[in-house]
Amino acid sequence: MSSEGRMAFMPFITAGDPDLDTTVAVLKELANCGVDLIEIGFPYSDPIADGPVIQESYTRALNNHFQVHELFDVLKSLSSDQTTTLPPLVGMVSYAIIFRYGAEKFLNEASAAGFSGLIVPDLPGDEALEFSQKTQLANLDLVQLVSPLTPEDRTKRIVQTASGFIYCISVAGTTGVRDELPAELTTHLESLRQLTDLPLAVGFGISKPEHVDTLRGKADGFIIGSAIVKQFAAFSDSNQTRAEVISSIGNYASEMMSATRG
Amino acid sequence: MTTILSDVPDASGRFGEFGRRFVPETLMHALEELTQEYEKAKQDESFQSELNDLLKHYVGRPNPLYFAERLTKHCGGGKIYFKREDLNHTGAHKINNTIGQALLTMRMGKKRVIAETGAGQHGVASAVACARFGLECIVYMGEEDIRRQKLNVFNMKMMGAEVRAVTSGSKTLRDAVNDAMRDWMSSVESTHYIIGSVIGPHPFPMMVRDFQSVIGKETRAQCLEQTGKLPDQVIACVGGGSNSAGMFYPFIDDESVKLIGVEAGGRGPEPGEHASTLSYGAKGVLHGSFGYVLQDSDGQTQDVHSISAGLDYPGVGPEHSYWKDSGRVNYTAITDNEALEGFQTMAKQEGIIPAIESSHAIAHAMKVAREAHPDETIVVCLSGRGDKDVNEVARLLGQEI
Repeated sequence: MSSEGRMAFMPFITAGDPDLDTTVAVLKELANCGVDLIEIGFPYSDPIADGPVIQESYTRALNNHFQVHELFDVLKSLSSDQTTTLPPLVGMVSYAIIFRYGAEKFLNEASAAGFSGLIVPDLPGDEALEFSQKTQLANLDLVQLVSPLTPEDRTKRIVQTASGFIYCISVAGTTGVRDELPAELTTHLESLRQLTDLPLAVGFGISKPEHVDTLRGKADGFIIGSAIVKQFAAFSDSNQTRAEVISSIGNYASEMMSATRG
Repeated sequence: MTTILSDVPDASGRFGEFGRRFVPETLMHALEELTQEYEKAKQDESFQSELNDLLKHYVGRPNPLYFAERLTKHCGGGKIYFKREDLNHTGAHKINNTIGQALLTMRMGKKRVIAETGAGQHGVASAVACARFGLECIVYMGEEDIRRQKLNVFNMKMMGAEVRAVTSGSKTLRDAVNDAMRDWMSSVESTHYIIGSVIGPHPFPMMVRDFQSVIGKETRAQCLEQTGKLPDQVIACVGGGSNSAGMFYPFIDDESVKLIGVEAGGRGPEPGEHASTLSYGAKGVLHGSFGYVLQDSDGQTQDVHSISAGLDYPGVGPEHSYWKDSGRVNYTAITDNEALEGFQTMAKQEGIIPAIESSHAIAHAMKVAREAHPDETIVVCLSGRGDKDVNEVARLLGQEI
C-alpha cells in the first residue's frame, strides 16, 4: 500500500449478523469496493474488549444460532466461487472459542476456510508464545495488539511474537465510535515504528475520513468496526431491506476507500 | 489423589494448568502493577497491621465458631458447627476482601472503585469499604438481580455508591462482570476494580483467596481450641468460590480434613437449569482466567439458573478447578428446593436466618451429618445472613410479607 502512497482500509464485520447469507453478501460487497483486508469477528457470548455496538451484533448472531463450523463451511464454498475474489481475511476471535473448539482443529479449519491471520484479543503477548508457534504451523499470522498503556519493555516482547501487522489500539477502552482520536496517538505510533518493521494498523474509535487524515504518514492502515456493524442493527429494526443495508455499507466503504488516498 | 501444595499460584498466576491472564492488552499493565503492589503490601507490616485492626474493630472479627446443638440433634449423627461470617459487619464474608482491596486502592493512589455484584453482598461490602475510606464507588449489577435484591440496592445507594443496572445478556452476575471489566478498560489508570470472588485474571484469584483465608485460619484455631482436634469435614457453598476458597485454603495441607464444595444444583442437571460449574462444566476461558466453565461446544457461555443470585455464575475460581482435578476437594450440588428446605430448617432449629447461598452448604451438611459418627465434626461456612433473601423466599413459598 505504501508503494501506492495510500493507507490500507480494513473493515470489520461480525460473522452471522444477523445470518450467514448476509455475511456472504457483505463480504462480496466489501470485496467489490476494493477494501484491503476484512476482519471477521467470531460472535462470543462474553466479550470484554468490545463496546455495546459489537456486543449487540454478537448477540444477534448467537440468537440466530451462529456456529463456528458453519462459518468455515460458508467461507470455503465462497473461496471456491470463481466469481468472487476476496481480500485477505483475518479472524477476530476470543481464545475461549479457540480453546473449546480445539486449537489445532480451529487453526487448520480457519486456514482451510481462507483466513490468512487471526487476532485473539484476550490472548495477550505473554500468553501467546505457545499459540504463535501453532499459528505458524497452520500458515496463519498472529496479529498482536498494543495498547497506549503498554510499556516499552512489554511492547518489545509482544512484537516478537507478532506477524502480519501490529494492531495499534488508539485509546485505552473498548471498541466504539469516538469523535476524535487522542493527540498522543502520534507519539505512540512513532515509538512503535522504532520497535518493529511490521505494518501498523490503528483501530478503536475510527469512523470518519478526518480520522484517517490524522493517521496519514504515521500508520499503514486503519480498522473500522462499530461504524459499520451498527448498520446491521437496521435488520432487526426491520426498517431497511438487506439490499438497502448492504448498499449503505458499500457506499460507506467506498467513501473510506477514497479517504485512504487522501 | 495427586499431591497438592498450598504454594500456588506461580508467578504467572498458574494453579496447575488453571488461572493465568486472558485479558485485553489494555489491562495487562494494570494487572502487573497490581501484582507488584500486592506483593509489597503482603510483606509490609504496617499494611497487615492496619488490615488486622480494621478486621477486628470494624468488621468484628474473629467471629464465633458455633456448635449447632439443635440442628445436630435434628439430623442425628455428626456434630455440626457454623463459622459465623453472617455476624460480620454487613452480614457476609465479602467484607474481608473489600476492606483489603480498598486498602490496596489507597496504596496505589487511586480514588475510584468499580465492583460487580450478584446477590448484592459484594456490592454492599464494596460500598461500605469505599465509604469508610472516602473512595468513589460504582457497582455494576444485573437488572434481574436488582429486582431480586432490592434491600441491598437500597443499602448501597445509602452509602453513596452508584448502582449501574446491566441490561445485556441474562442480566445477572456474569453480565455485571462483563460491564465492570469494560469500565475498567477505559478507566484503568484512575480506577481499581474490586473483583468480588476468586475469579478473574491473576492476581485476583490469589489476592481474594488470601483476604478470605482469615475465615479458615480462625476456624482452624477455634476448632482446635473448642474440640481439641481439626474438623473431620469442612463444607462451604461455591459460586465464584470466595467463601469456600477462604475456608478451605488453610486446611489444604491437612489431608485428614475432608473438604466439600457445594454448588447450585438449581432445578436439575439440564443446561440452563443450574449453576454447577465444577459438576457439569468443561475447561475453558471466562472473565480473564482459565478454569471450568459452563459452555457449549463452541465455547459460548451457557445461561445458568439458581434460586440464589449469589451463586448463579457460569464459571468458578481457577484454584477450585485445580482442587477439583487434584481430587483434594469434592464438589457436589444442592437443588433450589433442597436449599430452601435447608433455609427453613436452619431458621426453625437454630434461630438463624441464613443467606440462600449458605443454605446450599447447610442442606448438604444435613445430609452428611446423618451419615456421620457422633464423634465426627462437620464445620460449615455460614457465609452470610439471609435478610436480603427473605422477600424472594417468601415469594417462592407463596407467602406475602
